[in-house]
Amino acid sequence: MAEQERNMRRAFGEALTEIAKEDSDAWFVDADSASSTGAASFRELFPERYCNVGVAEQELVMVATGLAQTGRRVFASCLSSFLVGRAYDQIRNLVCLSQLPVTLVGSHGGISVGPDGATHQMVEDISLMRSLPNMAVLVPSDYWSTRHLVRSSWERKAPSYIRLSRCDVPDIYTETDSDIIPGSGRMLAEGEGVTICACGIMVKEAVKAASILYQQDIAAEVIDCYSVNPLPVQVLLASARRTGCCVVVEEHSSRGGLGEAVASLICSNYPIPVKFVSLENEFGQSGTPEELMEYYGLTANQIVSSVMQAWTMRRR
Amino acid sequence: MNIINEEELRIKANNVRKDVVRMVGIARSGHLVSSLSIVDILSVLYWKVMKVSPQEPRMDSRDRFILSKGHGCPALYAVLAQRGFFSREELWNYRRLGAMLQGHPETPRTPGIDAPSGSLGMGLGVGNGMALYLKREQLPSRVFCLVGDGEVQEGSVWESAMTSSHFGLDNVVLIIDRNMRQSEGITSEIREVEPLEDKFRSFGWETTSVDGHDLKALTDVLDMLHGGRPLAVVARTVPGKGVSFMEKESEKELPHLSRSVIDKALRELNAREEKDGDA
Repeated sequence: MAEQERNMRRAFGEALTEIAKEDSDAWFVDADSASSTGAASFRELFPERYCNVGVAEQELVMVATGLAQTGRRVFASCLSSFLVGRAYDQIRNLVCLSQLPVTLVGSHGGISVGPDGATHQMVEDISLMRSLPNMAVLVPSDYWSTRHLVRSSWERKAPSYIRLSRCDVPDIYTETDSDIIPGSGRMLAEGEGVTICACGIMVKEAVKAASILYQQDIAAEVIDCYSVNPLPVQVLLASARRTGCCVVVEEHSSRGGLGEAVASLICSNYPIPVKFVSLENEFGQSGTPEELMEYYGLTANQIVSSVMQAWTMRRR
Repeated sequence: MNIINEEELRIKANNVRKDVVRMVGIARSGHLVSSLSIVDILSVLYWKVMKVSPQEPRMDSRDRFILSKGHGCPALYAVLAQRGFFSREELWNYRRLGAMLQGHPETPRTPGIDAPSGSLGMGLGVGNGMALYLKREQLPSRVFCLVGDGEVQEGSVWESAMTSSHFGLDNVVLIIDRNMRQSEGITSEIREVEPLEDKFRSFGWETTSVDGHDLKALTDVLDMLHGGRPLAVVARTVPGKGVSFMEKESEKELPHLSRSVIDKALRELNAREEKDGDA
C-alpha cells in the first residue's frame, strides 16, 4: 500500500476526461460546481459536450435525462447534499424508472467535509440512493478505486450513484487493480476473528483497526464494500461464515446505509452478531475533518472497541 | 404526413376523443377532463407538425414530444395508437396490471413515448437536454413539450425556462395547456399563474397565444419559425372539451364515471361525426 494521499474528486475528473477521449457520446452536466467536483478539465477539453445549468440541481438531473434519452452517456455532478436531496424526485422518476445511462456523482459526502457544517455534510445519501430500483450505489475508498468505479459505471450503461469525499485519502489500490466494479468487493486483509466491512474513507480506518487487532491476537478480515448496491454477496457471506461476527463501518447515518444493507443480508442468510460504526440518526456540524471524525467516533479505535463487543458474542 | 386536410384532422381528433373516453371508462380511472383539453393540440402535432415514424419510434431524426402533464396521457396514448405506434387494442388495458400503457407515461415501456412523466414540472428540463444535444450536433429536429397551466406552479419549470433561453434553444416549443383548471379547482383562485406570456418573455422567450381548439391556428403557430429563442405558446383550452357536460369542470367536479356517463359522452361524440359517416 503506497503512502501517497490523493483526492477522489481529482480522480473523477481524470477518469471522466479519459472516458470522453474514447467515447464521443460521453457528456458532462454540471450545476456550477466543476471546480469543486474535479471535473474542470472536462470543461476545458470538451466544451461541446459540457453544460453548466447553474445553481439548479433539479435541472441538472432533468437535462442529464434529456441527453440520455437521445442516447448519450451522461455524467452529472454536484455536491451530494443538493444532488441527492433536492433532485431526488428527478432521480427517481426520470433516471431510475427509465433505467438511463446516467452516472450521478455526489461530491462532499459525509462529515469529513468539515467547516461548512451540517447542510453540506451529506450523511443520508447512501440510504436514499440504495432504496431506488436500478441504481448502483458506489462508494470508492481512494483515488484508484474512484477511477475504476467511474469507468465501470460508464460501461454499465445504467443508473449509478458515486459518492466522493472532499478530503485527500491514501492510496489503497493501483492502476492495474481489476474487477473494481459494481457487485464486487475487495478483501484487504484476511483473518478468522472478525469481518470488518467498510466503505469510503473509513476503509483506511478499518485497515488501521485490523493492525491494532492483530497485536491483540484477533485476525480481522477487512472487506472494502465500495459497491453498496449491489452488495458483494458471496464475499460477505463467506467471510461471515469464517469469522462468526461482523462490524460495519461507514461515514453515514446508521439508518439505511451500508450497515443496514450488510445486516439485512447476514440476518437472512447466516445470522451472526453485527455491530455498527457510523453516525447515529443525527446531523454533523462545523469543525475540522479530524475533529469531527473523532467527535462522532469514526476512528480506528472505535472500530477496535466495536470489534471487541462483536467478538465476545461471535457465533462459534 | 402533412397532406391530411383540416376536416380529416377534425375527424381524427374526434376519434381520439372517443378513445380517450372509452379508455378512462374501461379503466374506471384516469384524468378525463385534462386529457380532453389537449386532444386538438396533440392531433395537430402528430398529424400536421411533427416528424415522427411509427415504424421506427426511436428514429434519430424525429421531432420529440414530452407530455410534461403526464396525467393527460390517455390523449397521447390514443393519438399514438391511431398514428400506428402500437395496436389500438392496447388502449383497453390502460392502467391495468402489466399493461404497456401505465397510469403515467414511461420509457422504454411504451413505443412513441420520448420521456417519462407523472411528477409535474420535469418535462421542459428533459426537453432542454434533448434540444441541447440536437442543437450542438446541428440536427434539425425540434422538441415540443406540453405543460399544464397549474403545472407552472412547480419551481423546477422556471429553472428549466432559464436554461432554454440561456442556451438559445430555439428548437424548443413549450405549449401551455391553459384550461384554467387544476386538481382542486380554478387555477387563478388557487395560485395565480398570470401573466404567463409576460413571465416567459421576461425569461427570454418568444411567446404567443392561440385558441387551443382551432386546428388551423394551432398548425400555424406550432410550425412557426422562431430563430434564436425558445417559443412558449399559451394555448387557451376548455377542460373536458368535446363533451358538453364535462366542459369547464375540474376533475373533482366530474360526475362519477359510471357506464351510463361514459355512454352519454360517447353518444355525444358520435353525434358530432354522424354527418361525416364516422360513428
